[in-house]
Amino acid sequence: MNKRWKVKFLFLFLILLFAVVLGLTRGAVNLSLSELFLKANSYVLVLRSLRILTAIVVGMGLSVAGIALQAILRNPLAEPYLLGTSSGAGLCAVLALVLGVSSVFIPLAAFIGAVLTMILVYSLARQGSRIGAQSLILSGVIVSVALSAIIVFLISISTNEVLHGALWWLWGSMQAYDFKLLIAAGSIVVLGILAVFVLAQDLNAISLGEEEAVHLGIDSESLKKILFFVTSLITAALVSICGIIGFVGLIIPHIVRLLVGPNHRILIPSSCILGAAFMVFCDMLSRTLFAPMEIPIGVITAIIGAPIFIILLKRKQSVK
Amino acid sequence: MQNLLQVNNLVGGYGREMVIKDVSFMIKKGEFVGIIGPNGSGKSTLLRLMSRVLVPGHGGVIFSGRDIARMGLKDLACQVAFVSQDTAINFSFSVEEIVLMGRIPHLKRLQSEVRKDFDIAERALSLTDTLGIRKKDIDGISAGERQRVIIAKALAQEPALLLLDEPTSHLDIGHQVQILDLLKKLNRRDDLTIVMVLHDLNLASEYCSRIILLDEGKIFKDGTPDEVLTYQNIESVYKTIVIVNRNPLSSKTYVMLVSREK
Repeated sequence: MNKRWKVKFLFLFLILLFAVVLGLTRGAVNLSLSELFLKANSYVLVLRSLRILTAIVVGMGLSVAGIALQAILRNPLAEPYLLGTSSGAGLCAVLALVLGVSSVFIPLAAFIGAVLTMILVYSLARQGSRIGAQSLILSGVIVSVALSAIIVFLISISTNEVLHGALWWLWGSMQAYDFKLLIAAGSIVVLGILAVFVLAQDLNAISLGEEEAVHLGIDSESLKKILFFVTSLITAALVSICGIIGFVGLIIPHIVRLLVGPNHRILIPSSCILGAAFMVFCDMLSRTLFAPMEIPIGVITAIIGAPIFIILLKRKQSVK
Repeated sequence: MQNLLQVNNLVGGYGREMVIKDVSFMIKKGEFVGIIGPNGSGKSTLLRLMSRVLVPGHGGVIFSGRDIARMGLKDLACQVAFVSQDTAINFSFSVEEIVLMGRIPHLKRLQSEVRKDFDIAERALSLTDTLGIRKKDIDGISAGERQRVIIAKALAQEPALLLLDEPTSHLDIGHQVQILDLLKKLNRRDDLTIVMVLHDLNLASEYCSRIILLDEGKIFKDGTPDEVLTYQNIESVYKTIVIVNRNPLSSKTYVMLVSREK
């Protein structure tokens, strides 16, 4: 890693640190750092730490899944929810809610839904032994639209109570109710991120084109298949703990590309840090803006993310 | 001179459609070979079969005594580099980063480039006269510069064989000559073996030491430019009347078009 990268890396770390401190001290009740570590407030500390940990896992996972998909699909608009996994997870979660399944099993239902959808999208997109980027996007979008329609249908015929639960779920929340669940999903996400990082050079090569990658000794077909499954598993794990949080997987990679450039060996770790910081910050806002009410975090990420992205994009264009 | 590449009874194409129908030839080390032929004659398909992007339906390609189908992709990429007509690059990498990617086949997974790799990339940049734009973004340079960068990336692979698929078809004549002069220099000075698909018969004649003329997936004629570019051969393959003359300066074969409308 060269010196310029180290400085930027340090800068991103400071942002994350700042976000974590904010996340710990702000909430329905604002506490200073010294108050936070008093014994009386220990439950607040534990609760907030858990949320922050969830936010970090989610931010890292969404960003890295976005990077991998943007590279293999050769489409800058790709994001983790493009390929239908989240709709599958959403459908199974809502189905479980409607059927009155105990809320403990809802993450599991979501995970199963995501994995089934992944298999469906893959088999729809497959042409012989090849899997084309365009057909993957098309089948992902079609499956996504169809499943979303069923979700809306289920919600429209169900009671208010179910509706509220489903809304929370479909717009995402960092409410970490179960530490074990966080560990399980977190392990899948971290392993997935490591897998993508190991393939960083392959992602650089495929950015030049699928055939170009072959000429550099990279088997693009296998790369696409491996990363489709890895990103789908990351997404499935994330959706099962926090619901659907849009935009993060799209904008964080783009923002970080503007900061450190497109080389995946630095892009992936940098996006992990900024993605984590962004989610911690958005979660803090979702808890505090209308405290004691909580706004779904997906609303916050979209409202903050869009303008930031537009500003950065305009700036980049004016530099040129 | 030894055989670097041997194409044996090659048959292949896309899906069930076989574009290349029984092609055999040999390439010696240090040759500069042009592949010409009308649209759809299988020029690009042949090149893709030779670089393992496509799998042959029948026959094979032997590189330095080894069947390329049995070589690892990285192993092959350390020996054979490819330059295509047009490279659509997804993100704005810098010129230097693109050229360093030529080192990917030589690196192990997670291994970073060392001094030697940077030196090789630097040499490739200087050979292609792109040192001055090394820090620029790939989407901020001209088409001619861009093609030189792609060639620099291929040279950073340190190949024994360079395959090119119409590398100059999007360039103006100034840039065309610049790129082909560069290839000629690499061929002469570093004894780099070059196989290039070209549309322009006169460029092929001017630069190549040998030309393979393809017609409907088969070799119509294989020989020196003088032997291949006769008006009889061109008329029967391209179905067009031409006049064959000589370039007054280089005295190479020169093909002139004849329009049918007055």
